[in-house]
Amino acid sequence: MNDVNLKETLLNPIFKGNPISVLVLGICSALAVTVQLKGAFVMALSVIAVTGLSSLVVSLLRNTIPNRIRIIVQLVVVALMVILVDQLLKAFAYSISKTLSVYIGLIITNCIVMGRIEAFALGNKPFASFVDGLGNGAGYGLILVIVAFFRELLGSGTLFGFQIIPEKLYELGYMNNGLMILPPMALILLGCIIWVQRSIQKDLQEK
Amino acid sequence: MNTNSNTYTVIYSIILVVVVAAVLAFTAMTLQPKQETNVKVETISKILTTAGLYNTEMEMSNDDILRTYSENIEEAVVVNFEGEVISKMNTDEGKIEIKGQSDLKAQNDLMKKINAGDASAKSKLELPVYIFNLNGEKITVVPCYGAGLWGPIWGYLAFDKDMNTINGAVFDHKGETPGLGAEIATDWFCNNFKGKKIHNAQNEFVSIKVVKGGASEEDINGVDAISGGTITSAALEKAIDMWLRFYVPYFNTQLSQAECTCTQAAAENVETVNNVEE
Repeated sequence: MNDVNLKETLLNPIFKGNPISVLVLGICSALAVTVQLKGAFVMALSVIAVTGLSSLVVSLLRNTIPNRIRIIVQLVVVALMVILVDQLLKAFAYSISKTLSVYIGLIITNCIVMGRIEAFALGNKPFASFVDGLGNGAGYGLILVIVAFFRELLGSGTLFGFQIIPEKLYELGYMNNGLMILPPMALILLGCIIWVQRSIQKDLQEK
Repeated sequence: MNTNSNTYTVIYSIILVVVVAAVLAFTAMTLQPKQETNVKVETISKILTTAGLYNTEMEMSNDDILRTYSENIEEAVVVNFEGEVISKMNTDEGKIEIKGQSDLKAQNDLMKKINAGDASAKSKLELPVYIFNLNGEKITVVPCYGAGLWGPIWGYLAFDKDMNTINGAVFDHKGETPGLGAEIATDWFCNNFKGKKIHNAQNEFVSIKVVKGGASEEDINGVDAISGGTITSAALEKAIDMWLRFYVPYFNTQLSQAECTCTQAAAENVETVNNVEE
């Protein structure tokens, strides 16, 4: 496994092996932070940073980690990265950090991070692991942004906080879909995304 | 090297934990001042919003918010149980002192003790009051704090110089249900409070009632409740009632003082008139 194709490592988790739509990991935060595009965007960036950096660090340490406390060591590294991201957001993007509230801290429990460390970073070189982490974070982020796009547009009529649906339409009787703001709609949208992906990639369909 | 021996494992975990702790401690200490400013600026922006000096669409930087506060505030004082001013808070830009969330929570606990009959808590009560001067109009901003459905709720109320009419209100919450209880932080709900009075027609203190199904137009002491957010609405009503009750002594001293200066001024006017006639 020493000669990994870097391009493949980066791009595979974004489309073909997407952690959310194919592996169905990290669903809870995907439902919680996708009401607005801005929050989803920052969350995506945070997860990319955490998956990338913790894969890198664990891969650097991989030959020294005692096998019996492997999981705990991984957890400590992931927790370190998450707290760093959280602290930085609190200092430099306070209002966004408030809307994301506990979900930044909960990246620790995101299965994607630990999953990639176990499955990839422990057996591969640092740079490849870093790229793999970035790719998986980006795959997660992409779905988040797609879901948030529809939820914010149809639920609040805005994108990144700017009014998109014209005032005239509201005067004609158009109303924002209140269900879009609630978590169940995120799950339904996610289902739709998985449906679309599986009809494009026939090999994902179960026989 | 045997990475599976007990000694190695123990030493490895100790080193790892020490290194991680050092990194975290360093980051936390470096970023702490900035984070504290953020929290303070948020509270100040809420106070400014209540006084009608700020809204979220204005997109001010932290420094702008602090400056707006310093420029417009007349004084920020701390009052005791009797309604007497016991100290002043610094309002100079860069050295602004305010009572933050934790202070409000401490005062809230004291109020509960007093209401439960603990007289010793009375002397410890220290309530913040922020007084603004907007084009000659005196606006008094006071906080309130209480327990919502899922966590704390708090807010600020601005009063006209009659210490009775609400000029503005802002509420916020830690984690009320989105779309239901969380609506207390929205503009429509907060604007609801404008022009309402905390005393009834007989001049008795009645606070503000949150009326289920909507308050009638003539109801000067009631606002519309949030449909589906009953518990949060009721909790807010309770919080406002409890806090304002402790502010009433201060409001009354302010009113009588204002009356005094008015009668004095009137008396002086009469004298000057008399002098002229002579």
